[in-house]
Amino acid sequence: MDQLALDVAHLFAGGLVLVSFMLLYQDRMTGLVNVFALHALVVSSSVAWQANIQQAPHLYITAAIALAVKAFVIPMALHRIIVRLGIHREIDPVVGIGQTMLAGIGLVALSIMVMLPITAQAGTLAREDLAFALSVVLLGLLMMISRRNAVSQVIGFMSIENGLILAATGAKGMPLVVEISVAFSILVALIVIGVFLFRIRERFDSVDIHTLHEHRGEQP
Amino acid sequence: MAIVLDLLVQFGQMFLVLALAPLLTGFVRKVKAHLLRRQGPPLVQPYRDLLRLLRKEVVLAHTASWVFRAAPYLIFATTWVAAALVPTFATGLIFSYAADMIAIVALLGSARFMLALAGLDIGTSFGGIGSSREMMIASLAEPAMLMVTFTLSLLAGSTQLSSIAAFMQGSAVGLRVSLALALVGLVMVAIAENARIPVDNPATHLELTMVHEAMILEYSGRHLAVIEAAAFLKLLLYVSIIACVFFPWGIAVSGQGLAAYLGGVGVYVLKLAVGGFLLAVFETAIAKMRVFRVPDFLGAALMLGFLAALLLFVTKAG
Repeated sequence: MDQLALDVAHLFAGGLVLVSFMLLYQDRMTGLVNVFALHALVVSSSVAWQANIQQAPHLYITAAIALAVKAFVIPMALHRIIVRLGIHREIDPVVGIGQTMLAGIGLVALSIMVMLPITAQAGTLAREDLAFALSVVLLGLLMMISRRNAVSQVIGFMSIENGLILAATGAKGMPLVVEISVAFSILVALIVIGVFLFRIRERFDSVDIHTLHEHRGEQP
Repeated sequence: MAIVLDLLVQFGQMFLVLALAPLLTGFVRKVKAHLLRRQGPPLVQPYRDLLRLLRKEVVLAHTASWVFRAAPYLIFATTWVAAALVPTFATGLIFSYAADMIAIVALLGSARFMLALAGLDIGTSFGGIGSSREMMIASLAEPAMLMVTFTLSLLAGSTQLSSIAAFMQGSAVGLRVSLALALVGLVMVAIAENARIPVDNPATHLELTMVHEAMILEYSGRHLAVIEAAAFLKLLLYVSIIACVFFPWGIAVSGQGLAAYLGGVGVYVLKLAVGGFLLAVFETAIAKMRVFRVPDFLGAALMLGFLAALLLFVTKAG
């Protein structure tokens, strides 16, 4: 594999980590959904490039599914949900954006420190992909615990799935059946979560999951 | 004989930056005025301002101590020395081996320290506000700048600006996401350090927004002229650092002779013009942010620096 091909793969994978940080940085709902679409676009470009350099044509299908579902269908659905719920300006971070970003830097450092020693035998590409994929997954989890709004948590969840796709691609691809079923389960999850969001709003007049804690009788 | 020639070229560079600095600021102001469909002051206006200020008498407050009087000259001297270390039209000049990029950050940091002291010295509330805000900005901008430096040195194997520029000109660089992150981080730091628009507005004296102008409010006459010249130099210095690290094409190498130097000067002036134009367009397109948003802005720059270094670390290990 020549150096340029590796550099481009590195560019896309590193770009995905960067876009994960952009997700954490957003303070408007509309911007958040748009950056999530960018996240999906970067992951699908990354998968398509690796399909090219690994000579694994089935990865093109993975890239196409990621592009169609996560860069177009899900963001449009989320935009509609946001408009109908009337929450396009609310983000409600639990702690400040600055602290969240610092925590994110710590998580990226952690995942690189963990992944590089344990993948010492693997190829360069797989090592980079695994390290970056773990960072993206951890950043998605961070997003889910640092936001109160249910829609931002959905986006955090979907960005975790993007990280998993990157990991699976680096590990010499995953079976197409798995990828298709994952894509459909994500779509089903979106529908379920969408219904769930409207149910929460109906019940509590808000999509702040804080109200759920009170409902369960927990002290905030 | 050779060392005399080297010194001559070095001094030529020092006086070139000093001569070009007000012109760059004038150019940025002119482009901004044109973008707003105004005539704008002539390009040489900053020189005229400096000359007029030098001729005016100094009005000192009764409470001013020696710190207040000494600060302008120290600020100017440290900024000028820092500017002498940056390769502008040629790399490998004789002074550039004396200090690296970390030393440049330290020199600018001491200039900022003295400026903040001068702001506090008179005892007015404005100066105090300006100094405290400047320190808040610096506490994030300096680590961000250092992270960018570390990224570049990881890549080039040196913190020397001349060696980094030489490495960037070579073909070993490749396509790196870290470099793009470092460039964006450095541009954000440069905007904050030079008190340009999203962070501070260089054209107003509105007390809610000003940082740099608040600290120098009590200065007049030749002190003010020297501080203004230092501010012009600082803008030129940051544009030069960005140009020589990320766009090192057309830069001459020391010892190539007069023709190469002249070509280097021409390319350098062109780069400054492009940088100034982009800065003016950016400043016109964007709105001033609240002071309490500035830590988020600079935190993003710091994060970009960290991320660039971490990504590079993965590549090195891989």
